[in-house]
Amino acid sequence: MASVRLLLTRRCCTALKTTTARTHVSYEVKDNVAVVRINDPTSKVNTLSRHMQAEMVEVMNEIWGNAAVKSAVLISRKPGCFIAGADINMIQACKTAEEVTSLSQEGQKIFDQVEKSPIPIVAAINGSCLGGGLEFAIACQYRIATKSKKTILGTPEVMLGLLPGAGGTQRLPKMVGLPAAFDMMLTGKNIRPDKAKKMGLVHQLVDPLGPGLKSPEERTIEYLEEVAVDFAKGLAGRKVTVEKKKGLVQKIQDFVMGLPPVRKQIYKTVHSKVMKQSKGLYPAPLKIIECIQTGIEKGNAAGYLTESQNFGKLAMTSESRALIGLYHGQVTCKKNHFGKPERDVKKLAVLGAGLMGAGIAQVTIDKGVATILKDTTEEGLARGHQQVYKGLNDKTKKKSLTTFERDGIMSLLSGQLDYRDFENADMVIEAVFEDLSIKHKVVKEVEAVIPPHCIFATNTSALPIKDIAAASKRPEKVIGMHYFSPVDKMQLLEIITTNKTSKDTTASAVAVGLKQGKVIIVVGDGPGFYTTRCLAPMLAEAVRALQEGVGPKKLDSLTTGFGFPVGAATLADEVGIDVAAHVAEDLGKAFGTRFGGGNVEVLKMMVQKGFKGRKSGKGCYVYGAKSKEKKVNSGAEDILKSFKLTAPPAVSADEDIQYRLVSRFVNEAVLCLQEGILPDPVQGDIGAVFGLGFPPCLGGPFRFVDSHGADKLVQKMKRFEEAYGNQFTPCQLLLDHAKDSSKRFHK
Amino acid sequence: YYTTLTSLCDNSTFRWTIKHSFSKKTLAKPGVKNIVLVDGVRTPFLQSGTTYADLMPHDLARAALQGLLNRTGLPKDAVDYIVYGTVIQEVKTSNVAREAALGAGFSDKTPAHTVTMACISSNQAMTTAVGLIAAGQCDAVVAGGVEFMSDVPIRHSRKMRKTMLSLNKAKTLGARLSLLGSIRLAHLSPELPAVAEFSTAETMGHSADRLAAAFGVSRLEQDEFALRSHTLAKKAQDGGMLSDVISFKVPGRDIVSKDNGIRPATMEQLAKLKPAFIKPHGTVTAANSSFLTDGASAVLIMSEEKALAMGYKPKAYLRDFVYVSQDPKDQLLLGPTYATPKVLEKSGLTLNDIDVFEFHEAFAGQIMANLKAMESDWFAQTYMGRKTKVGAPPMEKFNTWGGSLSLGHPFAATGCRLVTTVAHRLQKEGGQYGLVAACAAGGQGHAMVIEAYPQ
Repeated sequence: MASVRLLLTRRCCTALKTTTARTHVSYEVKDNVAVVRINDPTSKVNTLSRHMQAEMVEVMNEIWGNAAVKSAVLISRKPGCFIAGADINMIQACKTAEEVTSLSQEGQKIFDQVEKSPIPIVAAINGSCLGGGLEFAIACQYRIATKSKKTILGTPEVMLGLLPGAGGTQRLPKMVGLPAAFDMMLTGKNIRPDKAKKMGLVHQLVDPLGPGLKSPEERTIEYLEEVAVDFAKGLAGRKVTVEKKKGLVQKIQDFVMGLPPVRKQIYKTVHSKVMKQSKGLYPAPLKIIECIQTGIEKGNAAGYLTESQNFGKLAMTSESRALIGLYHGQVTCKKNHFGKPERDVKKLAVLGAGLMGAGIAQVTIDKGVATILKDTTEEGLARGHQQVYKGLNDKTKKKSLTTFERDGIMSLLSGQLDYRDFENADMVIEAVFEDLSIKHKVVKEVEAVIPPHCIFATNTSALPIKDIAAASKRPEKVIGMHYFSPVDKMQLLEIITTNKTSKDTTASAVAVGLKQGKVIIVVGDGPGFYTTRCLAPMLAEAVRALQEGVGPKKLDSLTTGFGFPVGAATLADEVGIDVAAHVAEDLGKAFGTRFGGGNVEVLKMMVQKGFKGRKSGKGCYVYGAKSKEKKVNSGAEDILKSFKLTAPPAVSADEDIQYRLVSRFVNEAVLCLQEGILPDPVQGDIGAVFGLGFPPCLGGPFRFVDSHGADKLVQKMKRFEEAYGNQFTPCQLLLDHAKDSSKRFHK
Repeated sequence: YYTTLTSLCDNSTFRWTIKHSFSKKTLAKPGVKNIVLVDGVRTPFLQSGTTYADLMPHDLARAALQGLLNRTGLPKDAVDYIVYGTVIQEVKTSNVAREAALGAGFSDKTPAHTVTMACISSNQAMTTAVGLIAAGQCDAVVAGGVEFMSDVPIRHSRKMRKTMLSLNKAKTLGARLSLLGSIRLAHLSPELPAVAEFSTAETMGHSADRLAAAFGVSRLEQDEFALRSHTLAKKAQDGGMLSDVISFKVPGRDIVSKDNGIRPATMEQLAKLKPAFIKPHGTVTAANSSFLTDGASAVLIMSEEKALAMGYKPKAYLRDFVYVSQDPKDQLLLGPTYATPKVLEKSGLTLNDIDVFEFHEAFAGQIMANLKAMESDWFAQTYMGRKTKVGAPPMEKFNTWGGSLSLGHPFAATGCRLVTTVAHRLQKEGGQYGLVAACAAGGQGHAMVIEAYPQ
């Protein structure tokens, strides 16, 4: 409405198109300051969609054409979001690299105009200012951000396999310096307001306000606008200067960065660091380095050209598609598809204060839900309590939590040895030892004290839920909630429903998981469910490779070289050799020779010798010493020697070993889909990447099959099958996909 | 107490009281003791670092207590108990009540304890006294408060303290030397007390600035209110209204008998100041905030029977009071908004019944924010669980003799000043009921209803 009114006062001389009501961008002129407000009415966040861009260009041209406007403020009307980035769908809709390049060039052009604006433009930032949003902001002459917890600045494009394609790679280095620019663009990390101010990314900070005559959110935006308008006036009247006085350190840094050999060294160091971390599997970071380098060494024109071209190229890579797929998948898995549960879980009880139990308690109280943490021994309870405290206290050290918030959160935790107050629990999650008879005992004990509506969830990693539910008087209230260790860091939660689990129970478990901040997949019941079932054959293959004489270090480098964040040998140590042995044996019994490969006795022997992995100080490796270099456990090597197998040369090349590991994982995943354990490929990919560290650049087992080609994978597996037998027999669904290349898991 | 009302109405110089009819004629309740303020005094409130600079807190407190004894002619052994407030504690005199009482010549048989509740510490001292009397445990209690900002405890760093404490325990020379050797430069940086919330680490001025912004209080409004406070204080000081102030011969210095922080300036002068907390766009400045002050106050509270038996003519009844608390981050200074409707309801009064308002002025922005909050139905409904707003006090009844902004604000001494001022204003201006309200660190607040004693 404001814009319409304004047009009328301006004698309505502009062309017809401007008179159509704008929906995303509006502005009003206050005291010679044009306040431009953005708000995408169709979404919770603002994105730089085509529509948004078109309206923005229109508005900016009107402002620039209005002699009465001496300065402008750019602000979002959404409380938690400035601009969250470019519209991913817009990029995905492009068919060719050239199309994407021209998108990038359009963006560059708009922001170039903003940078060269004849009047100062102040970006007033509250909420997320990411990707294209940040690129917009840094093209403006001045930036003011609120100190709200929701305010974050960053260039997360790299996490989608892309780069800041609207001038970001060119402007950021000049604004924050080369090292900080590399850090931002290569890691994609979020920068909080205080840090942004220190870095020179924003000029001023504004405190978020509490309640007044309006809601805090509403008033904070208003206040931000008031302050921004004042600064805009100051800039227009030259009472405020943009240039910051440089300190000595800054001057020295600028001088040093001015030396070409120093810069060359930086490029080199950054390049080798990226190669080391990404194993060359991710093209985006390298392209980002190239863009920055070109811009600085060859000038603006070359820099912008390289940026737009590289942006186009990256958008067409399988890595970017995989990462974008994961992004969309994650969004899907952060929703409750089972409806609103009949009642909220207001009190949760966790049984077992071990690593998992304490972790679950921590992420629960962290979200304001009162939690009982019960153990059977005081030592166990004290350890668990300390784990929760440490987890929260570490956050205070990182300043994401104040000590008072920590104490308030801790007050929600009740550590106890008895079943006191369980009559008020809405959900119990048991995380006791993985033994069916113990679990049965627990079910009976707990059901004797909990109210009828209370849900019994079991955090098991392999025992079928229906077996545990067999001891229950109300199997419709029994569900599996499989968390991943460490619970406060791992994003995935695998929820397992039996055919008796009620829909409301599932809805409630998902609601709790979402509250805990988890990405959730809901799968059917069966030995090992989905995740453990995929991991077990891969670990069995890893053990076989070890038996065949591939050392733990070599095995690790082969797996990380394929894109797994953690090597297979290290992973086994992290999971725990005892757990691995347990799972291997259980699933071996359930699935037979398909889960064979390595000899379970290797693991059992290691457990016997006390090599239980990281937690016991020894596993495949020796832990404890502070030295960075991990040493291989010679005791474990001896065991492996005594179980030595001869490696069949036809399938023992490095790449063969990699594909042996991966193909068993992938085949089992596809089989889970075939058997209906998995509801869809999206959850399969999310579960594998977020729970098991399946290479993100491949996007998960299903996307991997799509991009690699089912036929090629089947060919490889057939070759392995010849050497090893049915562990490599492709499942029917995989064969179907191999036969018909038009069949794809992801459209 | 019918006479109270008629005597008021007879007084034709206060025309507005003629039309006035109170919801209640008195707040006396059957079966509840009437508790009275016999008198109240205070030392002059001085900007810290001026004439009181070389004293200790108990010296100031003693001056106030002695002043009260002189003013009332109270026999020293007639006092049953002493309660005193303080905020920033001098560690040597942590029970400053006792140290001051002994030096002031009270009987050493009179027990004394110290209370602390930030800026409402002496309110707490007074209501503690009221409680002791109401419970029938005492008949005459002295309450008060002291704050001494010219000297505050600055501590060694925690690291240094730890080293020094270990040094006490070190047995051998070698152990001592190694401890001494462990002292690093970082050990030597001291810890300064800050007027900041421990829970949020936000200074009060910063919070006040945010509060003013939240309620859209402009810089101009704040400066105008600050100027009003100074102008009214000056008028009251010149007009001899501030009769609670006693003269104090400061050892080694002159006799002090006037507050020294009252400085009516011009709006132009005030407008020149830069914001003190939120830079560069904040609105709270040194001139529209209360300043660091040294001062002490004391009041004599008795049961009405006792006061009358001892031949006193009490100044006022101390009636209902409340304490409130709310979010210490975003509503740190909104105590009066929460406390006022609550205490009025408790008394069965409405805002219109109150003739005299004395609110603690921590910051001009804080006062303006409270007034706006009290005027807002939305705020009352959304944050206070009330159906409607309580309404803001009319300015002609509000802090008409100045306030903390101009008179000064020795944290723990302000409460008694407010109550004594209400009693004096009721006497001077006529009127039945007065209301005291104050905010305090920790997101707490207080309000009390005071009823005029029949003249």
